[in-house]
Amino acid sequence: MRLEPIENPGIARRLGPPALALGATVVIASLLAMVAGANPFSVLGLILKGAFGSQFAILETLNRATPLIFTGLAVAVAFRAKFWNIGAEAQLYGGALVTVVFGTGMLALPAYSMLPLLALLAVIAGALLLLVPAILKVRFGVDEVVTTLLFNFIFLLFISMLLEGPLKDPMGMGWPKSARVLPEARLPRIVEGLRLHWGFALALIAALCVWVIQTRTTLGYEMRAVGLNREAAAFAGIPVNRVLLQTALLSGGLAALAGFSEVSGLKGSLTLDLSPGYGYTGIIVAMLALLNPLGVVISALFVAGIFVGADSMSRAAGVPTYLADIMLATALLLMVLAILLTRFRVVRG
Amino acid sequence: MGAGTDVVLRLDAITKRFGGLVANDAISLSLRKGEVIALLGENGAGKTTLMNILFGQYTADSGSVAVMGQTLPPGNSRAALEAGVGMVHQHFTLADNMSVQENITLGVDPLLAPGLNRAAARKRILDLAERFHLAVHPDARVGSLSVGERQRVEILKALYRDMKVLILDEPTAVLTPQETDDLFATLRQAVASGLSIIFISHKLHEVMAIAHRVVVLRHGRLVGEVATEDTDKSALSAMMMGGAEARAPEVSRTEPGRALMELRGVSTPNIGNAPGLKDVTLSLRAGQILGLAGVSGNGQAALAEVVGGQRKPGSGTLVLNDAPPTAWTPRDAVRRGIARIPEDRHKTGTISDFDLTENAILERYKGTPFSSHGWLNWRAARRFADEIIQKYDVRCPGADTRIRLLSGGNMQKLILGRVLEAAPQIILANQPVRGLDIGAVNYVHSQLLAARDRGAAVLLISEDLDEITRLSDVIHVISEGRLSPGFARGQKSPAELGIWMAGQGFADAS
Repeated sequence: MRLEPIENPGIARRLGPPALALGATVVIASLLAMVAGANPFSVLGLILKGAFGSQFAILETLNRATPLIFTGLAVAVAFRAKFWNIGAEAQLYGGALVTVVFGTGMLALPAYSMLPLLALLAVIAGALLLLVPAILKVRFGVDEVVTTLLFNFIFLLFISMLLEGPLKDPMGMGWPKSARVLPEARLPRIVEGLRLHWGFALALIAALCVWVIQTRTTLGYEMRAVGLNREAAAFAGIPVNRVLLQTALLSGGLAALAGFSEVSGLKGSLTLDLSPGYGYTGIIVAMLALLNPLGVVISALFVAGIFVGADSMSRAAGVPTYLADIMLATALLLMVLAILLTRFRVVRG
Repeated sequence: MGAGTDVVLRLDAITKRFGGLVANDAISLSLRKGEVIALLGENGAGKTTLMNILFGQYTADSGSVAVMGQTLPPGNSRAALEAGVGMVHQHFTLADNMSVQENITLGVDPLLAPGLNRAAARKRILDLAERFHLAVHPDARVGSLSVGERQRVEILKALYRDMKVLILDEPTAVLTPQETDDLFATLRQAVASGLSIIFISHKLHEVMAIAHRVVVLRHGRLVGEVATEDTDKSALSAMMMGGAEARAPEVSRTEPGRALMELRGVSTPNIGNAPGLKDVTLSLRAGQILGLAGVSGNGQAALAEVVGGQRKPGSGTLVLNDAPPTAWTPRDAVRRGIARIPEDRHKTGTISDFDLTENAILERYKGTPFSSHGWLNWRAARRFADEIIQKYDVRCPGADTRIRLLSGGNMQKLILGRVLEAAPQIILANQPVRGLDIGAVNYVHSQLLAARDRGAAVLLISEDLDEITRLSDVIHVISEGRLSPGFARGQKSPAELGIWMAGQGFADAS
């Protein structure tokens, strides 16, 4: 058995496998729910209702999609240039860290200058965090998969140290938690009274910007060329190492915006459970989107919908919450496989 | 061909389609004991597909393969080998870190209890080597052998395994003329002792020299099958091309002008196993084609990298328009008017998943007219691509086609257009026609000649001595990174150049 690429796949080929994957996910989810003692036929309805069934559900899904769009973009940008940034998690926390460091009183500015400044500082922090592995890669050939992945653990422990020490909220009853950011450092809600903050709009704008960069600018052209064929790019005179460094700056900055947006828009303070692995899930989001920045928005909404829906379903059906995690994992695995099958066919021999 | 009892290999009505393309259309072929068949055809004629079917890499849509009267199961890649059909690929399949003997016995003699067989195996290898004049030492490490020697190991491997049929895929591409003669002597001897050979080539004079029978493929069809004694080169050429006579461009004499680029005593470090340059001095003159002959892997890559801006001279000086360039990167080279046609158009010349437009601007996307302040001007890029497509006759569905869907010839035309549209001063053509069909070869050559005639300096690097001697105004031979003196057109015969290619003239000269 081997895979053969398909040139110009038709509409059935593009939509068929993902549809099958969705169907299979529903069947598997239902069976799992049955094993756990719930009514298998109510599962799909409960997931959909939990994700999109009410205004609250929809806003919850959009909120959940926001950090995933940022990390998904970060990964999509880097992977497009074949720079394997597995460290979006650390960059996310880097952005969050900067937001609380400067947002809890060090700066006293009105919101209209405070927020852009915090966002910018977060971007710089994330960019610098990824610049180090990038330099190690272009200078010494150190594999960035290893450095960015391992750095996640180092950086999370570093945050943990800060939260137990200098950043610990004196009013926090001893919890490892930072102080809350100032009101001027909070992203306002898009519509007053509705629980959706401007971080979501920022994420959409970021996706649009990345798309414009990739398709309209020389930098995007260079990044795609380097990703598709480093040897030919170098031969043609594209400064491959410089492009990789620029890619790292952009990718790290995007991931850091997820941290900024979560702290400033949603949580208000930094804790160690700020991200339930958004940095890693961003990889899946980017892969599902075939690294297309606009596709990242759609796949982030899909993943967030399953997150929120499966969670809500497990509560409503009275099954353990880890079933939701299993369903999410199943859905993502099947979808990644389905996306693969939209571009390749399996042949014997 | 009759179904005589001495037929060792028989392909019966093999058909293979890839989508709408018929790669093999009902091809039947039989090979008799002690016979050499030449399989002749341009690239894309279906030779490779046919061999892949024979070796079970592909399954034919219909038709069958039989060896010694036994039909092979389709899609089984070991069946042909076990039935006694061996193949020597263009890219050898040897383990560099093992000895010649280990390579030859690998997979035949058991790995365990080797003590028993080792002496016998060694004797057998030495016997075969002597009988067929394949001089290699059984204990030599394959990694240290020359290309010609490696090929001998491959042939020994087949002989050691008692192959009935040997398939040679473009075996002379990596050899000097003398080595080619040696190879042919070996093959004749092997045939006399009962081996049958399929010789895949597009060099007509070699086909005429070695084959008993010639089978010509065109567009997946078997279009001709003649005994060598009943045909000649021009008839075969016509068969390959389908009647359309391929006319090689006329080469006129020109007077060379001033030196546009000079290398003075340039040396570079070795690149892996391939030698770097050793004290190389040459000058590229306006209106002159300088041909660089040599067996592959003798420093051509290093020279191309220096001229093309990928590498700075380790020692010595590069002089461009009478002064050493202050910066020397690929982009500097392009800016200073150097057109670079790379050796490998798939891997270095183009980006397969970019479309024609994106590939057309690959070297010059920076700055006017294709971008300003970091913003690309796709309209200008598209216009440029369309211009190349039209002017250089690139056959494609449109400028938004991904370039990997193009044939090698059309890909090369795009590269030619990309570099020649800038009216370059200096042209670096590294293996510019490798793997192209005759029509495309003539086109590329005529473009190089036209560039020379308008005053450009051309550095032509090729392993094909015919190409070098036909086009070049002056010829240098490169061997182990050393450069021979320049020879004027016609000054040395191919055989004499071959001696230099083998690295022998240098000892005489020094």
